Amino acid sequence: MSALDGLPGDWQLVVGLEVHVELATVTKLFSASPNRFGDEPNTNIDPVTLGLPGALPVLNRQAVELGMRIGLALNCSVRRCTFHRKNYFYPDMPKAYQISQYDQPLNVDGFLALPDGTRIGIERAHLEEDTGKSTHFGGAGGRIHGSDYSLIDFNRAGVPLVEIVSRPDIRTAEQARQYVTELRGILLAIEASDAKMEEGSMRVDANVSVHKPGTPFGTRCEIKNVNSVRSIGRAIEYEARRQIDLLEAGDQVRQETRHWNETEGRTHTLRTKEDADDYRYFLEPDLVPLAPSPEWIAEVRDALPMLPAARRDRLAQATGAEPDSEAVMVVVDRAQDEYVLAVGAAGGDVARALVHVKEAWADSPSVPAADLAKLTTMEVGGKLTATQAKTVVAELIANGGGDPEAIAAAKGFEAMGADTLGPLVDQAILENAEAWGKFIAGEGKAMGALVGAVMKLSQGKADGKAVTAQLNVRRDEAASTHS
Amino acid sequence: MAGAIEIAARVRDGSVKSAEVIEQHLARIDAREPEIHAFNLVMADEARARAGAIDAMVAAGRDPGPLAGVPIALKDNMCTHGVPTTCSSKILEGWKPPYDATVVTRLAAAGAVIVGKTNLDEFAMGSSTENSAFGPTRNPHDTSRVPGGSSGGSAAAVAAGFASVGLGSDTGGSIRQPAALCGVVGVKPTYGYVSRYGLVAFASSLDQIGPLTTSVADAALLLDVIGGHDPMDSTSIPLAHPSLVDVIDQGVEGMRVGRITDLPEGADPDVLERTEQAFDALRAAGATIVDVQVPAFTFGLTAYYLIAPAEASSNLARYDGVRYGLRVVAPDTNAMYGLTRAAGFGDEVKRRIMLGTYALSAGYYDAYYGKALKVRRLIHDEFERAYQHADVLLTPASPSVAFPFGAKGDNPLAMYLCDVYTIPANLSGHPGMSVPFGTGTDDLPVGVQVLAGTLCEPHMFTAAAALERAAASEVRR
Amino acid sequence: MSERISAAVVEKVARLARLALTPEEIERTTAQLAGMLEHFADIDALQLDEVEPMAQPYPLENVFRADLISPGLDRDEVLAAAPAAEDGRFRVPPIIGLDI
Repeated sequence: MSALDGLPGDWQLVVGLEVHVELATVTKLFSASPNRFGDEPNTNIDPVTLGLPGALPVLNRQAVELGMRIGLALNCSVRRCTFHRKNYFYPDMPKAYQISQYDQPLNVDGFLALPDGTRIGIERAHLEEDTGKSTHFGGAGGRIHGSDYSLIDFNRAGVPLVEIVSRPDIRTAEQARQYVTELRGILLAIEASDAKMEEGSMRVDANVSVHKPGTPFGTRCEIKNVNSVRSIGRAIEYEARRQIDLLEAGDQVRQETRHWNETEGRTHTLRTKEDADDYRYFLEPDLVPLAPSPEWIAEVRDALPMLPAARRDRLAQATGAEPDSEAVMVVVDRAQDEYVLAVGAAGGDVARALVHVKEAWADSPSVPAADLAKLTTMEVGGKLTATQAKTVVAELIANGGGDPEAIAAAKGFEAMGADTLGPLVDQAILENAEAWGKFIAGEGKAMGALVGAVMKLSQGKADGKAVTAQLNVRRDEAASTHS
Repeated sequence: MAGAIEIAARVRDGSVKSAEVIEQHLARIDAREPEIHAFNLVMADEARARAGAIDAMVAAGRDPGPLAGVPIALKDNMCTHGVPTTCSSKILEGWKPPYDATVVTRLAAAGAVIVGKTNLDEFAMGSSTENSAFGPTRNPHDTSRVPGGSSGGSAAAVAAGFASVGLGSDTGGSIRQPAALCGVVGVKPTYGYVSRYGLVAFASSLDQIGPLTTSVADAALLLDVIGGHDPMDSTSIPLAHPSLVDVIDQGVEGMRVGRITDLPEGADPDVLERTEQAFDALRAAGATIVDVQVPAFTFGLTAYYLIAPAEASSNLARYDGVRYGLRVVAPDTNAMYGLTRAAGFGDEVKRRIMLGTYALSAGYYDAYYGKALKVRRLIHDEFERAYQHADVLLTPASPSVAFPFGAKGDNPLAMYLCDVYTIPANLSGHPGMSVPFGTGTDDLPVGVQVLAGTLCEPHMFTAAAALERAAASEVRR
Repeated sequence: MSERISAAVVEKVARLARLALTPEEIERTTAQLAGMLEHFADIDALQLDEVEPMAQPYPLENVFRADLISPGLDRDEVLAAAPAAEDGRFRVPPIIGLDI
């Protein structure tokens, strides 16, 4: 767990996250230029994108649909909504206003469940347009402060965004990490965004404050430029400690926007809220209200794929693992769960399949499910040890599939059934009388030496589980003889 | 020959060449434009080339369209690809749009010939065309007087015969008031009737493009061409509009013509007298006169001068010296913004940006902008009720005939009162038009305003045509 | 709402609007805005509590475009019209002091 769980004193962390995601549309939110990352500067431009005099926005239906998908996946109500202008000057904001949603957003009042079941409230998820990109030249190496000039590329201007605003329900840095990871998984599953933090198609701002339980929330600071899941935790931890230090020294936390510096591992003031922004929001007169019909909402809801949490539950149920166990989390995150279940459907053992898939493939498994099913069957039948099975899987991958039995035979992995194993177990007991004595006296630890001895005698061909089972049978026999 | 209907008919049947028509108009421009200054740019070469192409089409047996060879003057706030579009502002001086406005595309497809871009009050803010950064336009009827505004250039160009027809934009009366002062027909259609795509925005929820013409029939023809749904404008009404050319001769028998009994005072006696005669003329033509009330009419001015500047303050924020137009060189971007905008905008534009920014800013929104939106609803609803009893309403278009330059002095409010009768239709979104109806003081033209309900342009044009016929017969008497 | 507007407020509004007004302009604008606001106080007498604000004249909803690319603008044409351009991008002086 995170270092923050040991906050000094009885300080309690309070975090809300604002996550901006670029939608995976073909074109921009209000115009027909491509929504594409990495093109030559200023090649995806049109009168609307550049805010040319006379240009007018027209809403992209697909952006609305993806926005609704996000809202529904986050258990929000989708509502009739409007667009507002948020007025501010910045060179990469072409019209000097951003078209966003203000008091009537598309999605409201949802929640996201963390893998352990904790619900983080979603206040709203609304549509808005992205800005262009400024690059700073001269001065101290690309920093905005002290630069000589800046160059502006408007390819990104007008790209559709959904801003997902959580309630301040997050209490640890680890929860913040889990929230972002889970959200990312959902966005990928519903194909609403490619959600690449490193490319900026998913951007996280954190509102951080501290307080003592039973007292009102403290003054919050907004942390910007948190560009990886790892830095989310670091930035929040740093900021919480900074605020606690201030408060314990008798100072106050100023409400401000702070910038996370990944290299220095600290936040610094970007701007204070004293010169509060006056965005002069008003209804965007160039657009009309958006009122998704119940039929449309139902259609989008029905078309949603199974979300990661439900997939983890399904896999956990099938394999007997915990829904938030590492194997289940990893396999679902890599979208390998369908394959694991397919192994089960082909008559294999899903629990063994889960382990093999998690360890053998980083992405989509490359072996027919039936082949892995056969392998897991051999394994649970005691015909292959775990180590041998792993070797066979490697061989299956190398050949793109095959008959596990043939591979095992070729490798000389003879079947070691109960009849072969029994004499070896007996021999090991005879040769390790002291350990055996302790084992039957109830010292579970002593079993390790006995299992090791059997393994040695079998030259590694014995299955650990089968050995354990036989040793337990022998102990129970011994106990009944004594009584 | 000046009428668009006649020109188009004769160019289409080959009995007159588009080139001849253009030369006639260019000759008039040569003769009087130095005195009038209707244009920011005369496009003589482009017009001649275009006329040649139209004649070639006719010679090849192809139909150039319903406006074949019709010379048109375009207000200089409509984007024309590769041709400077300035809004009569230094901040856009020399800017060549990389695209055409929808109306420009439609005019081209209909065979019209643009002869020039006309002067206006900077960014369409004004009622006299005195606010142009490039000097005022003079009224062809009396060059010591203003042509009205903000579409004063287009109104003067049509009145002076520089173009057969013109396009203006109307945010608070900017087509109808100059039409009245220049003695031409001016139409502000229902909001959403004509696409705003490519019209440089002043106040987006109020702006509409419309015709300035010498006859009601020409206005109908022009509106038939430029009107109709445009997917590039989200506020464009997705309905098919009936042809107005087909309805204007229907007559007003049985039509209910409303008189607003609580109309704000302030119109000059000559204007009021002509308006009364307009009621008489329609009654004589078979219409019934009914009384209606629009108590909130008088609050239109306040609502308008809070809403329009608020939207304008946002619409004009894009003139920041980054992507196009004027830039004043400065050590940092913020200084560049302030200096560029201070140097590029004229006094009236700055005043409205200030007023609008104030009305929207934190702490004042509810008291000003928010309240103005409610007054707007009140006015709209009262008009809707009035249109249950009346098919059209008649009012003066302007409180006075054309006034001398400088007459409104340095008092912005005095100028704002020029639009007191036209503003409510912009707030409510209903259509309105000004029809010349005789003359007033010093033989200067008087315009009567015909107002109608949402998408009731057919009624409005029918009544306007009846007034036009009555005015013509009076002149003959 | 008819209280006079102060020069300090007008200065703040000018900053928000990015208009570098001279002291004389601030003074004149303050007087003019005060005159207008006084005139605009006529609507204070109206009973508007039950009235819905009206932002747009014609009641449309759900106006969309399909998610299809259409040809955009030519970069060279656009940059040729820019006050300053470099490397296919728009050039601006250092971006500082923008947070007011």
